[in-house]
Amino acid sequence: MIKLGVPSKGRLMDKTFEWFQARGVRLGKAGSERDYAGLVDGIAGVDLVLLSAGEIPLELAAGRLHLGVTGSDLVLEKIANWGSRIDLLAGLGFGGANLVIAVPQLWVDVDTLDDLDAAAAAFRSAHGFRLRIATKYHRLVREFLRTGGVADYQLIDSQGATEGTVRSETAEAIADITSTGETLRANGLKVLADGLIHASQATLFESRAADLDDADQATLATLKDMLGV
Amino acid sequence: MTSPAAKAEAARLSAHFTAAGAIPVETPILQPADTLLDLYGEDIRARAYVTTDPLRGEMMLRPDFTVPVVQMHMQTRADPARYTYAGPVFRKQDVDETRPTEYLQVGFEVFDGQTPARADAEVFASVAQALHGLPVKAVTGDIGILMAAVQGLDTTQARKSALLRHLWRPRRFRALLDRFGGRTDQPLTRIALLADADPLGGAGPEIGLRSMAEVSRRIATLREDAAAAPISGDQIALLDAILSLRETCPHVLSNLRDIAVDMPAIKPAVTRLAARLEAMDALGIAVETLAFEGSYGRSSLEYYDGFVFGFTAPDHPGLPPVATGGRYDALTAVLGQGRAVPAVGAVIRPELVVALRSPS
Repeated sequence: MIKLGVPSKGRLMDKTFEWFQARGVRLGKAGSERDYAGLVDGIAGVDLVLLSAGEIPLELAAGRLHLGVTGSDLVLEKIANWGSRIDLLAGLGFGGANLVIAVPQLWVDVDTLDDLDAAAAAFRSAHGFRLRIATKYHRLVREFLRTGGVADYQLIDSQGATEGTVRSETAEAIADITSTGETLRANGLKVLADGLIHASQATLFESRAADLDDADQATLATLKDMLGV
Repeated sequence: MTSPAAKAEAARLSAHFTAAGAIPVETPILQPADTLLDLYGEDIRARAYVTTDPLRGEMMLRPDFTVPVVQMHMQTRADPARYTYAGPVFRKQDVDETRPTEYLQVGFEVFDGQTPARADAEVFASVAQALHGLPVKAVTGDIGILMAAVQGLDTTQARKSALLRHLWRPRRFRALLDRFGGRTDQPLTRIALLADADPLGGAGPEIGLRSMAEVSRRIATLREDAAAAPISGDQIALLDAILSLRETCPHVLSNLRDIAVDMPAIKPAVTRLAARLEAMDALGIAVETLAFEGSYGRSSLEYYDGFVFGFTAPDHPGLPPVATGGRYDALTAVLGQGRAVPAVGAVIRPELVVALRSPS
């Protein structure tokens, strides 16, 4: 059986079901709204696995799913060297959001990474510790700031309500997902001009680690053909 | 897992450094993370394993021995002092999965405030002897000369500090140098900010620890910078000449003496290089053929601030350096709470020595 992982609830699930339906593959929940067993119509030999979007990257990397739909930000953040374990098949055109660096609007002197670095150096000498950036995307942010040549900062883990960490003085800046920037502005923050770390969207991925027998290979080829990927 | 051959090699190297007068020391594998984070910044978190202890907070699996050995030394007042250590270090490898995450290091650290040139030569010679007979090539460099060259630029202290801060990030260093040299334009938003009579007029709510006064101070710094003359093309050319040096030590020394005529600030550092080469010669090192690279050591962890060196295997281009070392006076000042002790040290990786020795 080909195992296809799809987010188990919300808009991401509904839109994914629509995307597959438009290509002749009907996905659905087996029973009630609370049931996480899945149904597949339109192709035989495919098993729908409904699970949290955040778990899909690791399941793909481990080869327990053949295919999976999840945000590209989650794969890039959670799987080191992801390209060696997972193939990107197609962006699905929804679930778009940007991972960005945002700083207080008060910082009229900070518009670029270059400014952020200079502000971080001055902050460290004034306060005796490194400028704190709150995020849950540690790997992506660290790589981005290293490439951008920003030093003298530290990452603070924030798993939710990250936009509020500056006001509560647990961080000086943030790196978070935003779609319209509305929440950032409401919290007195602005996005750096060159602060786009990753433009994420719902994406169909294929595992390079999952086992395939002959029947699976034929099923996978048919499915990919139907999906046009 | 450490192979018996690597363990035997580590024991041989330890005995070698002990015979050179070093006291064997040990350090805990679990180190408090805050010291290392404060020194190296976030980059160390990408390279070291971090774990949490319910009482002690964040701890790190030792990514190297230098920091704990320096801390231990700073408790004593011994000068000179020589130490050797051997044991595993731990490094995350999230780009190249074939690289080991746990490997042995055998090190030699010399704290000697009296004769730094001789201490540099002693550490280099001792490592060279330990690797005798292996197909390795030594490369040397001197971060102190680069620092002196930046300090010698005819520009503001703020620019020099910015350049010194990024000496270890060659791309960022170059971008700054281009901007300070007037080779790249200011961003439009910067020009608009500086032209604004009341830049803080439309600022958002005052939130966070970075205060409005700090923002104003930076704007003042930016205004000073905009008013300062660009670093001259001649001076940038001199800096580039130093960075692109790739020659044997005697040639480099003579080139640097020429450069010092136009850039007198590097003279003391060049004199130190000359003294070091003499001391190395006295210990039997063939300095006539020893390689020197002006940029060597710039991509390493940012604590070396003088002599730097490494031994690599030219026939095994994929292999990391078998041994690396250098002088780190500034690190002892940071860890010694004001008290600095000139220090130079090196580490050898026994697994790589074994790999080079095996016929395959």
